[in-house]
Amino acid sequence: MTTLTREFTKGLWDEIPIFRIVLGLCPTLAVTTSLENGLGMGLAATFVLVCSNGLVSALRKLIPADVRVACYIVIIATFVVCVEMIMKAYFFTLSESLGIFIPLIVVNCIILGRAEAFAKKNGVLASLADGLGMGLGFTLALCVLGSIRELLGAGTLGLFFGERVFLAEPFAFLQQAPGAFVTLGLLLGLMNVVGKK
Amino acid sequence: MSDKGYITTAWLVLSLALLFGAALAGVEMLVADRIAANKLQETLSQVSVLVPGADEGKAYELEGQVFYQALAGGERIGWVIPAAATGFADKVEILIGVDAEVSTITGLYVLAQKETPGLGDRIREDAWRAQFKGKSTDSPIAVTKVAKPGPFEIRAVTGATISSKTVANLVNATIASVREPLQSAGE
Repeated sequence: MTTLTREFTKGLWDEIPIFRIVLGLCPTLAVTTSLENGLGMGLAATFVLVCSNGLVSALRKLIPADVRVACYIVIIATFVVCVEMIMKAYFFTLSESLGIFIPLIVVNCIILGRAEAFAKKNGVLASLADGLGMGLGFTLALCVLGSIRELLGAGTLGLFFGERVFLAEPFAFLQQAPGAFVTLGLLLGLMNVVGKK
Repeated sequence: MSDKGYITTAWLVLSLALLFGAALAGVEMLVADRIAANKLQETLSQVSVLVPGADEGKAYELEGQVFYQALAGGERIGWVIPAAATGFADKVEILIGVDAEVSTITGLYVLAQKETPGLGDRIREDAWRAQFKGKSTDSPIAVTKVAKPGPFEIRAVTGATISSKTVANLVNATIASVREPLQSAGE
């Protein structure tokens, strides 16, 4: 496996955000009430992550160590505002239901974390691959959580089916904040069992 | 901090901020029309909810301010008034539905807000907004914390008094300032 492929694939399983490195939990718990919200949030974060990783890496020799976090935040905030405006223009309903959590991508630990832990000491291509992998891993995790909570909590899967697909009485509890914690906890436990060597 | 001085250290942050600010202004110019169109569409789609019985919304400009007429079969049966004020976190934008005489509030809708998730953002919830429905505009609406609010009172969202008061005060101020012009409009 080449290094680039490796940088990409590690974000999808070995170091998948949320389940393995357990970062970015705030938006995870808040927006995963449906598959569509999870997917939208994940893709928005992926866009920001790829762009910020690439730019931080390209500027890594210029960024002074003393003020590097300020530089990262300026870069990240720019792409977040950009994605926020694009979503308001082209995905209006989705941006309404994600609300404040789109601007809050600025303080998402995964994005700042990858800038500090990866992009500042690796080349542009590797950083782009890392950003894409981590972003898609984050999206994948959000989709899994969103699907479970929507299917069992509301009985629907709005992205694919208009009608209710889960025929038993839905557990509305899963749509609430405590339900988010319970679902996440169970999935983390499952990942630990599966990952045990 | 090194001994190089602040500007020498921060030149990159400063120039990035300037450059990105300009770039974002460019993006904003590209998409501003579309965003405005989306908001207008959302507003118009709310007209029939905010003024029950209405089947069409139509923009109406009065003294440089835009209102929406709620029409039923071409007849004006009410108004939808956009208003905005600063809440706990950022701007709160609402739509107020009133009858044609501006004597009763027929509905309230929150267009945009960035209040605290789980607390202030509950001003969007149907049950909370429904409290405004049917309120007479004869007296300003007060915010209370008791379980059974009086005729000119609404109950605050628990833990979000500021957000609740923002909306109530905004409704009061807006109705006070537009009542007369709207009553005499088109007579």
